Formats: sequence, structure tokens, C-alpha cells
Amino acid sequence: MSKAVVFRGARVVDPASGRDETADVRIEGEQITDIGKISTNHAEEIDCAGLILAPGFVDLHAHLREPGREDAETVATGTRAAARGGYTAVCAMANTDPVADSAAIVEQVVALGRAAGLADVYPVGAISVGLQGEQLAELGEMATSSARVNFFSDDGKCVQSAGLMRRALEYARAFDAVIANHAEEGALASGGHMNEGEVSSILGIAGIPAEAEEVILARDLALAKLTGARLHVPHVSTAGTVELIRAAKARGVRVTAEATPHHLALTDDLVSGYDPVYKVAPPLRTRDDVDAVRKGLADGTIDCVATDHAPHPPEDKEREFDLAPCGMLNLETALGVVVTELLDPGLLGWLRLIEAMSTAPARARGLDGHGGPIAPGTPANLVVFDPATAWIVEPEKLASKSKNTPFAGRTLKGKVVHTMLRGRFTVREGSDADGQR
Amino acid sequence: MQRAVARIAHEITERNKGARDVVLIGVLTRGVHLAERLADRIDSIEGTRPPTGALDIGLYRDDIGMRDPVALAPTKVPNIDGKIVVLVDDVLYTGRSSRAALDALIDLGRPKAVQLAVLIDRGHRELPIRADYVGKNVPTGRNEEVRVKIAELDGEDGVELGRVDETAEEAAR
Amino acid sequence: MIRHLLSIKDLDPEGIERVLATAATFQADGPRIMRKYPTLRGKTVVNLFYEASTRTRTSFELAAKRLSADVVNFSVSGSAVEKGESLKDTAQTIEAMGVDAIVIRHSSSGAPNRLAGWVSASVINAGDGMHEHPTQALLDLYTIRQHFGSFSGLRVAIVGDIAHSRVARSNVWGLQMMGADVTLVGPPTLLPPRVEGWGVETTADIEAVLPKADVVYLLRMQLERGTGATVPTLREYSRLWGLDAARATLLKDEALIMHPGPMNRGVEITADAAELPRSVITDQVANGVAVRMALLYLMLGGRDAREEVPVE
Repeated sequence: MSKAVVFRGARVVDPASGRDETADVRIEGEQITDIGKISTNHAEEIDCAGLILAPGFVDLHAHLREPGREDAETVATGTRAAARGGYTAVCAMANTDPVADSAAIVEQVVALGRAAGLADVYPVGAISVGLQGEQLAELGEMATSSARVNFFSDDGKCVQSAGLMRRALEYARAFDAVIANHAEEGALASGGHMNEGEVSSILGIAGIPAEAEEVILARDLALAKLTGARLHVPHVSTAGTVELIRAAKARGVRVTAEATPHHLALTDDLVSGYDPVYKVAPPLRTRDDVDAVRKGLADGTIDCVATDHAPHPPEDKEREFDLAPCGMLNLETALGVVVTELLDPGLLGWLRLIEAMSTAPARARGLDGHGGPIAPGTPANLVVFDPATAWIVEPEKLASKSKNTPFAGRTLKGKVVHTMLRGRFTVREGSDADGQR
Repeated sequence: MQRAVARIAHEITERNKGARDVVLIGVLTRGVHLAERLADRIDSIEGTRPPTGALDIGLYRDDIGMRDPVALAPTKVPNIDGKIVVLVDDVLYTGRSSRAALDALIDLGRPKAVQLAVLIDRGHRELPIRADYVGKNVPTGRNEEVRVKIAELDGEDGVELGRVDETAEEAAR
Repeated sequence: MIRHLLSIKDLDPEGIERVLATAATFQADGPRIMRKYPTLRGKTVVNLFYEASTRTRTSFELAAKRLSADVVNFSVSGSAVEKGESLKDTAQTIEAMGVDAIVIRHSSSGAPNRLAGWVSASVINAGDGMHEHPTQALLDLYTIRQHFGSFSGLRVAIVGDIAHSRVARSNVWGLQMMGADVTLVGPPTLLPPRVEGWGVETTADIEAVLPKADVVYLLRMQLERGTGATVPTLREYSRLWGLDAARATLLKDEALIMHPGPMNRGVEITADAAELPRSVITDQVANGVAVRMALLYLMLGGRDAREEVPVE
């Protein structure tokens, strides 16, 4: 039996219980055993003065690339990056090779996550066989497998067929599963590589209009209403999308939504140097869009922050803009970006920030044991971070196998000090830890 | 300057037994104006005005790649095949400009002979080049600058001597 | 002078004027008489062409050779872009051979910008995707200046597939810089998105524009760049926006007809319109060599650019 740990004097921010106060938290074994003003009885004491203690972050949307593109990322390196970013749970997207469209693949991903032991890995199953958008994948097999998949997406590809989308939503209800559709109307987006707007017009890069996202979302919201199924909107990128979700929620449609750090922070003018590190799907949009997405996250229209962490090796990114793949690293920088871009300017407070990073995504996918509450008898999935210390993003120091961060060289506030997965440190004092106590 | 031009004009006609077959080619920029004045003078002596031309040597300089590219001006040269070409320049110094002018000229045709006329010879040759006609020899130091002023360009005729610091001198070469 | 020419915007009006004035000196003996100069002896220019383009490549090759530079043509077929050696690897291979300038033509917008970050040689954009074709704009500006002497107040109508056209982009920025007024003419499907930001007038009515224009510049309908779906048929396009001799009578007496070539005769311009005396289409080609000579002289005739630290 490992020794008990007491986190002493942290500001505990726990949206699930509504708690935001200075307290001590005691961990024994895998669980939280006490919270409040507690004595250090036979426990190791860790001073947390000035730090924030919160439920470990939950990412609904990451590309861990394994199996198939282990040159870009593996479950082990991806969850290492997650742990450094304060995450204790990561949802791994289905666009691997082979595609995660069967029980065998999703079970393999779970096993890889267990072996690494750095974060709980929850696979996202594909909606359609091979992400081809034609035939429904065996959602039931994946849902009833040991991986217990309850979240499906063809992410990276949009389900273009309204008929297939309707069937997916209807069928998913049998397992109370969520369907997340990458909203991008194929003909409108065809050939596009960045946001269609003033910048693309001058750069001579074919654009993807905001409407390519919005027309699919409008369709999907109608289908979600028709079917009564649960729809999740990944990586909201436009002001119009925020409006559609706001209106749908008001009508009682069962919809949740996520925003990525880059869509909360970056605009399309960054593409001006033609560096594909700024190429992402959906594309970086305009200032107005960023402002609307920020506001949507702050007021809860957008439930959570998800990373869309998408590693690509240098040889894939160091090339012509239109020939490079989409995607950006985010797991290690998400907290810093949200603190720097939203909390510091006063757009949201700590309770809402932790809710968006942890509680809301855990609830959206029904992940027991993640997202709080921080209470005796619950699993010790926690993050402790320094909200004030500024640090500079250095790509070569990131844990990810790839280095394609759009935040390189930026100064961010908010740095993870400890991450704990079921009572074991995955990050301790800012350094990698492998479950030691 | 008038006297120097007049003397050179006489020397050219004397040496070439008149002005038949003589073509006066000025090296841009001030050499062109001097060539025109020489042509006028020879016209008044001989009753025929030799053809004149303008030669830009920017593309033939031997210091390309060592300083910013010089501005170019149009080269306009009449037929020089079989002619006696008198190259006209304002100042003869290291001889490098004259070398460039010779190369530029040879690219334009095959003259019977090439002669060199300069208003000022200030010495300090770095190449085996000698002027056939010299308006005035002016002994100078390397840290001095000779500026020829031409009424057509500078509002008045004249020659100015000034001091330049070594670095500016180096840059100017 | 500038180190790279990736966009016409890399030059300021003074720089453009300098290129045009220098080009004029190469044509002092007549526009089609071009001598050879020893100026760039020892310099090496690589033509790195990822798209077939005989005319632009030949024009650059002649320009470099007339200045005595060594020219190496490095052609890469379209398919090799996808699966062959990457642009970065190719760039570094060429760089290792010690070249002074790389003239690049590429189907990807911004490929020259990327290349400039990877090599210490000067990079000259010879046309990239739908982005820019700055040397085409310079030779067009030169041709316009030959006829009008200056640009201030000139009205230039650019007609056709502006959205997909790198020639249009470079010309619009270049003409605006030099003080000309630009009107874009074509159906809205051929205008670029958010064209409001370009500072130009737009119209679908070519016949309203022609009587006021000093220059009518017809763009090539680029079927290979996706023009296809933007108009119902080329026949309809030709009828509504093409220039034929009859429509050309609407032009002012001194107005010019221009086209970057190669022409789709019978589509954007008819043969009889292309051969009108006011058409300066062949002058554009002739002027291309002089303008590219001027650019090479000004960019490579200075201090060795390779001694400078490359800017990432």
C-alpha cells in the first residue's frame, strides 16, 4: 500500500460540487479520502499554496494516430503529452489505420492506453465503415465490446449523406450513444485549404466558406430533433455555428459542442506566410468568428474545450500549403491557451474554465470517475496547476512525437505542476512521472 | 574647360588627318556631353560633324557583386565597324572604367582603332591604360575626389577637388 | 534591391520604376534586338518548373543567358509533386550545388514563399498556383508604360477568370501601386471571394467598361484550374465576356488590348481582335525578356546575397 498524499492549501475548483475554496485534499490508494482542513497523518505533504487543484482534464477529441501512423504519435507519447497538459482522460479519434470501426480496433486502443498508464483512453468509434460515409459501422459491436464505446465520429471526414446521418443518429439511440459529425459540406469545401475570406482571396488559396460548416450543422440539428438522438458538434469554428447551437439548445435539441484552443485563439491571417503549421480542419477563421466562439464557450452554448490534438511529422508539414495535412498539437498547451486567451481577459472565471476543460466533457460522454466531484470515495483523477507562471512554448520540448504546434514561441500562463491518475502521479513537480508515489 | 575641349578637338583631327571615319563615343554620363562638345568643335574646324554615341558601362564593370547594382542608362551607338572610335570620359583614374568601356565597345562592332580622350587624368592607374588625349593632368592623392561639372548637367562648367574619407572612397570604387 | 521576388508587393513603386527603367536600357537598340552582356558571369540561375510553361521558362532562360549567367533547367512533372522528392529536399539539393537564384513555377500557391525559407539563394516567383506572377505584372506594366508614359489615372479593365488568376492578382496590386484604376469584369462566379477588400471596381457588364478603358486586359480561361464549373459553357462566356473585333470598336482610339498568353482564341479573345493594331500581345512577350534581364541584374548584380543569413 503506497503512502497517503495530502495536497496542502490548494485552491480547489470543482464545478461538479460547486466548490471554489482553499482546502487540503487527501489521497489514499486510488481514491480521494478527505477534503477540508486536514492533518498530515502518516501522509506525504505536498505544498500547493498559490496553486489550483481541479478534476483532471478530459479531452473529447484527440488523434493519437495508433495504429497506423506511429511515426506521428503513439498512444504512449500522446497520453504522455496529455498528462503534461493536465489530462486524465483522452478520447482517441477513429481515423487510424486501420480505422477504428470494429470492436477489435477499439479494444486494441484501450489496451494500448492501459499499457501506457498515463491517461484513461476512450476510443471514438467510426460512424461508417472505413470512414467512407456509405455504410454504417458496427456501432453495436463497439458499444457492447470491452471498450464500451458510446461516442462515434468519422472525424476528419464529414458524413455527407443526410440519409446515413439520420440512420446513425437513430441507431445510436439503442446504446444511448453520441454521434459527432465533422461538419463540412463537401461540394462547398471542395478543393479548399483555409478559411474563405479576405485573406484567402489575396493569398490565392482556395477557401472553405463558413457556410460549409453551417449548412451541415443546420441539417444535423434538424436530424437530431427528428430522431431525438444526442448530437455532439466537434471543433466549432464559425459565429454562425455558435448561433445555430444556441438556437437548437433553446429548442431543446440534445446537442453538445466543443471548441478547440486554436479556434479560440488564432485567426486566418496567420496563413499569410503559407506555413502549414496553421493548416487545420475546420480552418482558422476570422476575428469575428473567434470572438463568437469565445463568447459561446463562456456562456455555455459551447460546452467544452477539446483539443483536436493532431500530430503530423515534420516531413508532412514542411511542404507546400495545399499539399500538407490538416492538424495541430494542443494537448500540452490547451490549459495555457485557455487561461491566457479567455480567463486573463476576463471572458470566463475559474469555475467555468474547469467545467469546460473537465466536468462538461466528462458529462457529455458519461465518463464516470472523471470531471469530479472532488469528494471522499471518488477516484483521484486530479490536476494541480500554477495559474500565474508564464512559460514559453518550445516545440522541441513537447512530449508529442510531432512538433506541429501553432503556439511555438508564444508565452502562455497556466502550467501544470502535478497530474494524478487514480492516485498515481503521471506528472509530478512539472516532470514526467510513471505512477510513482 | 573650353580650351581643353578645343585643344583635344584639334589633336583628334591632326592625328587622324581630319575627322573622316571618326566616331565620338561618350562614356555615360558626363563623357556623353563632352563627346557632343568635341563633335561641335570638330564641326567648326572641319566642317563636318562626326557621329556621336553614348555608352553605358554598368553591365561591364569588374566590381559587380561587390556593391549595389548601378543604375543603367540606354546605350546608343552608331555603326562603328571600320571606324576610328574616340572614347570620351571625364576623368581617367584607375583605368577600370576605360577597360569596361573597351569591352562594351568591342561587343558592338569592330572598330579600325580605338583612342581614349579624357578631360582630367588624375593618375593612380591600376591597369595598363593610357589616354591618347588629355585635357589636363591633375596630380591627386588617393584620398581625394575629382568632380567634373558640366553646364548641361550641373549648371556650370568646372572641376572640383575634394577630400573623401577612405571608407567612402572604397565604397565608391 | 530585394532579395526575393515572391509577390509584386515585395517591390515598392520606386522599385518597380527602377526595374522598368533598367529594362528600357536593354531595349535602346530596338525592342527585339537584344545583345549579350558579361554581367552575371559566374552566377547560376536554376529554373525550377513544376508546371510546364515553355514561354515563361524560355523568357527567363534567355534573360539569364543574355547576362551570361549559367542556366540550369530543372523540370519536375506534376505527378512527382505528390509522390516524389519533396520541395524542401529538392531545394536543399539545388542549394548544395551553389546557385544564386531559383526561378520557381509551381501549382501550389505560396510554394515560392516556402522555398525562400529553405534556401539562401534568391527566389523569383515565376507563377504559383492562384497566388501571383510578379514578373508577368512587371512586363505588363512595362508594356503599358511604353504606350502611356505613366500610370497615374489610367483605367485598366481586367476581364475574365480573376478568381483563379495569379496574373490578375499581381497586376491588380502592381497597377494600384503605380496609381492606375482597376476594374474587374466578369460574372460573379469568376470574381475572387471578398473582392470588396481589393480596392477595385467590379462589374459584369463589359460593354459598359470598354468605352472608358485605356487598357483592356483579357485573362486566359484556365480550364485546368477549375474554371470549368464557374460558367455554364465557354460558348456563353465568349458571347458575354469575350472580346471580338466588333466589341473592340467600343474602345477609345488609343486603348490597348493585352493578354498574358497563351490565348484560347475564340474563347476570351477572337483571332481578329488579337490581331488589331491596338493589340500589344506580342510586345508583351518581347518585353518579357528585357524586364527579366533587368530584374536579374538588379537582384543578382549586387553584393552576393548568399553571404547574408537566410531569414526563416
